[in-house]
Amino acid sequence: MPLLGFIFRRVLQTIPTIAFILVVTFILVRLLPGDPASAMLGDRAIDADVQRINAKLGLDQPIPMQFLYFTKAVFTGDLGNSIGLKLPVIELIAHRLPVTLMLTGMAALIALLMAVPLSFVAALNRGGAPDTIIRGTFQIGLSMPVFYVGLVLLTVFAAKLRWFPVGGYGENFLDDLYHLFLPAMTLALSLSAVLMRNLRAAIIGVVGADYVDFARAKGLRARVIMTRHVLRNALISTVTLFGLSIGTLLGGAVITETVFAIPGAGRLMIEAIYGRDYPVIQGLTIALALLVSFTFLLTDIVQAWLDPRVAR
Amino acid sequence: MTVPMPGGGLKVRGLTTTFVTPRGRATVVDGISLDVAPGEIVGLVGESGSGKSITLRSIVRLVREPGKVSGQVEWQGRDLMAMSEADLRKVRGAEIAMIFQEPMTALNPVLPVRLQIEENLSAHTTLDRRARRQRALELMNIVGIPAAERRLDEYPHQFSGGMRQRVMIAIALASSPKLLLADEPTTALDVTIQDQILKLILDLRDRFGMSVLFVTHDLGVVAATCDRMAVMYAGRIVETGTVAQVFAEPHHPYTRGLLGSVPRIGAERSMLLSIEGAPPGLIDLPEGCAFHPRCAFATDRCRAERPPLERFAAGREVACFHHRTVAAMAEAA
Ligand SMILES: Nc1ncnc2c1ncn2[C@@H]1O[C@H](COP(=O)(O)OP(=O)(O)OP(=O)(O)O)[C@@H](O)[C@H]1O
Ligand code: SF4
Ligand SMILES: [Mg+2]
Repeated sequence: MPLLGFIFRRVLQTIPTIAFILVVTFILVRLLPGDPASAMLGDRAIDADVQRINAKLGLDQPIPMQFLYFTKAVFTGDLGNSIGLKLPVIELIAHRLPVTLMLTGMAALIALLMAVPLSFVAALNRGGAPDTIIRGTFQIGLSMPVFYVGLVLLTVFAAKLRWFPVGGYGENFLDDLYHLFLPAMTLALSLSAVLMRNLRAAIIGVVGADYVDFARAKGLRARVIMTRHVLRNALISTVTLFGLSIGTLLGGAVITETVFAIPGAGRLMIEAIYGRDYPVIQGLTIALALLVSFTFLLTDIVQAWLDPRVAR
Repeated sequence: MTVPMPGGGLKVRGLTTTFVTPRGRATVVDGISLDVAPGEIVGLVGESGSGKSITLRSIVRLVREPGKVSGQVEWQGRDLMAMSEADLRKVRGAEIAMIFQEPMTALNPVLPVRLQIEENLSAHTTLDRRARRQRALELMNIVGIPAAERRLDEYPHQFSGGMRQRVMIAIALASSPKLLLADEPTTALDVTIQDQILKLILDLRDRFGMSVLFVTHDLGVVAATCDRMAVMYAGRIVETGTVAQVFAEPHHPYTRGLLGSVPRIGAERSMLLSIEGAPPGLIDLPEGCAFHPRCAFATDRCRAERPPLERFAAGREVACFHHRTVAAMAEAA
């Protein structure tokens, strides 16, 4: 199986990526203004306390040693304690990140469910009324900022119509889904607009291919031709775009979580930045960066599975 | 080319395909009529751009927008032009199969060859999974693909041009069609394989009465395989007859030109060379006979009037005002 070999090689390739993430976060934290000790102790710290804390954090060691300690700590899941909340960072992340994952996952799913069928309708009626309407609507959606879309949805569907809660998070899984629907929709709208544009163009390209005519000459059903021959080929470029969009989606989650008062990793990040809570910032940065590189890994695997020419 | 046919077979009447292009309307297939009897192999020859591929596609309504197809195509007594898309689907790939001209682009790059063969069987037969697998393997062996079992799971990019050509032939033959529309099916193949494929086609004709409409540039292949032939020029048929008749006594100056370019016996491959002058643009065809700018026999009448395709002997048709003179000259030469 060339695919298995490809997956193995691709997984190996993430090792340098992870190393790079560690180096960058390590440097970033040391470049930030103010040192952790004074952040912990406040402005009126005395030198002895600062030194004690620096020693405790290993900050009195030479830089290479610090990096080794840092790496070891990350791999053992020890990301330090939050300065503001006095809790282990890893616990905070474990508590908050799943909410964000669910939000982005839901947004990605909604975006796909909207983009795939609508791209087909638009592409197959190219230049016709459905195409114009779909593209026009999405063009408007694309030109509005995420927080504005969020506020509009919030005002209409939560405040006025009361179909959805105004914010917060649920009690159980189903309740979570219910609470996350509007924020996920907010995120999904712009993503599906981007996907739509790409997929529509891809479908138009593939539908004209010789092998699609050959599939018709074989007497296959229209549904088989559309899914097996057209969609699969058209998705190849869209999958890449989709993977790249996950980073943007996580960025959008920060805003959405604020608008909808959702206790996710995005909100945690904002709180940490306001409170100069360096261990949390550092831990979240590593977690999100790993998440994004994992998404890229997954994207490449899906792409190789869709297109055997990639996995050579 | 109209021979009496007791039922069955393919009967094309006035098949016309036009494309509206930004530069004007191009009539790419211009009122073609031809018959293919059950078990008959008919060769369709002509220069590049004369409309052979579009003719094949038009027969099974596989011409894309902005192409418009009109005329009559009768298959086993049913009118393919009036048939619903759903009924036509059951004819395509099952009763009438097509081999595309371009083996490099006609196979789906992201699907294994096995699936591309088996999906034809899924669409038209009641074979179960195991039987389909077996049939796919059998087809790969029939078209002479070595290590067929292993290669079934490979993708088109892992096959050479000649091998893809054979895969395409295997797909076309999957559901044992009654009519094969073959668009230069052997061009990408070397001589030995070409002979194998031609033998296979002849064998299928002999055993199952399969008919073939065979587009080719290669007059040697026509001589070796076809019963009758039709010569196309600028979207029209200009001469028909049995292969023996046309080769022995061409009546159209264009046919004469083509045959004149067949290399002597003993040459490895006899390709159709271009004859002097360029084929006309299909948007503004010359007035009268489309061939007149290149024709040594052209008179004022040819420049003003269009010669219709007319029967002049049993099973022989030609579209030329001066075909008697042409034939006489050919004999004298
Ligand atoms: N979509 C289209 N729009 C306009 N003209 C077209 C279109 N498709 C084909 N044609 C024209 O139709 C003519 C016939 O094309 P066709 O492919 O049938 O030729 P052919 O006889 O098969 O040539 P070849 O031997 O090179 O395969 C060509 O002149 C081509 O330019
Ligand atoms: S009709 Fe005239 S121009 Fe046309 S092929 Fe015959 S002789 Fe030549
Ligand atoms: Mg052609």
